[in-house]
Amino acid sequence: MGSRASLALRRQGSPFTGIGPVLVKELADHLSSVRMLVLTLFVIAFGAFPVASSLQTLRTVVDPNSFLFLRIFTLEPEQVGISFVAALNFIIPLMAIGLGFDSVNSEFNRRTLSRVLSQPIYRDALLMGKFLAGLATFAVVLVALWLMVFGAGLLLLGVPPRGVEVARGVGFLVVAIAYGGIWLAISMLFSVLLRSPATSALCALGLWLFFLLLWPQLASAIVSGAAAGEIRSVEDYAALQDLAMGLMRLSPGTLFSEAVLALLSPETRTLGPMLPAQMRGAILGAPLPFDQSLLLIWPQITGLIAGMIVVFAAAYVVFQRQEVRA
Amino acid sequence: MADISSDTVIKARGLTKLYGRHRAVDAIDFDIRRGEIFGVLGPNGAGKTTTILMMLGLTERSGGSVDVLGFDPVRQPLEVKRRVGYLPDAVGFYDHLTARQNLRYTARLLGLPRREAETRIVDAMESVKLADVLDNRVSTFSRGMRQRLGIAEIVMKRAEVAILDEPTSGLDPHSTFELLEMIRGLKRAGVAVLLSSHLLDRVQSVCDRVALFNEGRIALMGTVVELANLVLGAGHPILVEAAGLDIAGTLYGIEGVQSVVPEGEGAWRVVADRDVRAAVAHRIVASGGALTRLADLQPSLEEVYTRYFEEARHAA
Repeated sequence: MGSRASLALRRQGSPFTGIGPVLVKELADHLSSVRMLVLTLFVIAFGAFPVASSLQTLRTVVDPNSFLFLRIFTLEPEQVGISFVAALNFIIPLMAIGLGFDSVNSEFNRRTLSRVLSQPIYRDALLMGKFLAGLATFAVVLVALWLMVFGAGLLLLGVPPRGVEVARGVGFLVVAIAYGGIWLAISMLFSVLLRSPATSALCALGLWLFFLLLWPQLASAIVSGAAAGEIRSVEDYAALQDLAMGLMRLSPGTLFSEAVLALLSPETRTLGPMLPAQMRGAILGAPLPFDQSLLLIWPQITGLIAGMIVVFAAAYVVFQRQEVRA
Repeated sequence: MADISSDTVIKARGLTKLYGRHRAVDAIDFDIRRGEIFGVLGPNGAGKTTTILMMLGLTERSGGSVDVLGFDPVRQPLEVKRRVGYLPDAVGFYDHLTARQNLRYTARLLGLPRREAETRIVDAMESVKLADVLDNRVSTFSRGMRQRLGIAEIVMKRAEVAILDEPTSGLDPHSTFELLEMIRGLKRAGVAVLLSSHLLDRVQSVCDRVALFNEGRIALMGTVVELANLVLGAGHPILVEAAGLDIAGTLYGIEGVQSVVPEGEGAWRVVADRDVRAAVAHRIVASGGALTRLADLQPSLEEVYTRYFEEARHAA
């Protein structure tokens, strides 16, 4: 199949012809679908509880410098046992899978694919349009949710959010959308690979459960296997920790929670173990400036976006090679 | 591409498609001219749909060349697809959208300006007699209506070439008749139509030329009469029913008559090398006979098809 450049040389016309109409149509389909309604209700049901409980707790806080608005997201109310962010950590993949698991195979099954592809567009436009529409839908829901949380905070706490809180909140949105993008790309990859939407959904959910439940166990098993030798120095220990974190970071969920931790808890100085030498001169509990927090999670953000692109590219390659006949 | 004559719209030379070592399409040549209906026949797996997909650039060819309206479907698929309408086998539409919304989506993919798209949609739906269900959801449509909606899409597109893959399969006789009438309408509008089908007698009634596919090759190509001459033997058969005279003796004297064979009570099958109906009628009446029936026996495509595959099997 050669590189992108040689493809462009070989065929004429922009691969993006028709991407607009595909995007608009898919977006309209998503926004008017029953599935969308169900997903929204799902998000509200899971999100409202932690947010309401956090707000109850936070009303008693008087410190104006304590990033009140960010704590709506991160506070783990006792009666709920899960913070809003932790809830999002598994709602986001579910939503993204819900939006993407049948995006290509349903066109096969409805026998619309060959008819649509016989219009003057490339397959690129169809896949890209569908992906962007899914991402846009997802972003709309997330932004709405975010605004509701900030709005509720504004009403119930009675203080406006500070600029830096809004900035961190927006950063959180971007990270959340990229996290959803990975899962959207994964579910679309399955929708290209598997003709049956049910199987595709099952595979995507299976992968999600694997990363959620099994991967942490597996990673620690691998690490304890690697630690069979004696740990003789701090370096040995640090190397082991690096391995453990490296393995955990293969899961998009880990990248998301680390990025969110640094963004929404400004006092986070490191995402790994900290050596005493690094603590020198640090005031414990003092918040980092926003740009320093961003710097801290830059690898996580690029990892999320790169992961999204890699998975999408895989779906793209498979789709290009597929026969369109049903 | 300069050698393409102005009325040839599709030109295939040595067109080949390999799936692994299997030759799905094996070096076929054909030309399709503007304003003709070209029938593609053959058993399942003969390579008809693969050929169609290669013409649209939806499948890459393994060898040979195709030229569609002066464009190469592999290198310039958008130019080809802008000018060619395709109705796939068992076409699907988005069920949750209305017919108008479905066509509007196609119009947007074609890049038509909004106002022009709206008038074209209404005109196209009128031409396939679906104007009254324009705003009904496609989920309420019968199979025949979906096929007509597919034709409407081609009309709206103002395609120069229409490729129809099994358009009449699964339709009742009335819907089939209506659909074929619409296909004739495309031809009247100057569209070159390529039609693949299993319904031989139906194909025969609309096609100007046919190509018989067998195992990836074009076994026979030409008008139905030409194929019949080739497979069933030359001749122009007619059926004569008459009484009151010695038919065989009377008719053998007519110039061009090759054989007179009795076919049941008072009926004869006459084969000549030209149309001898007028001469036959004249001779019988002049000889004092009572002519009760004189019918042109159109060579039937079904006969050609059956005979050809019988012979192919025997040869194998």
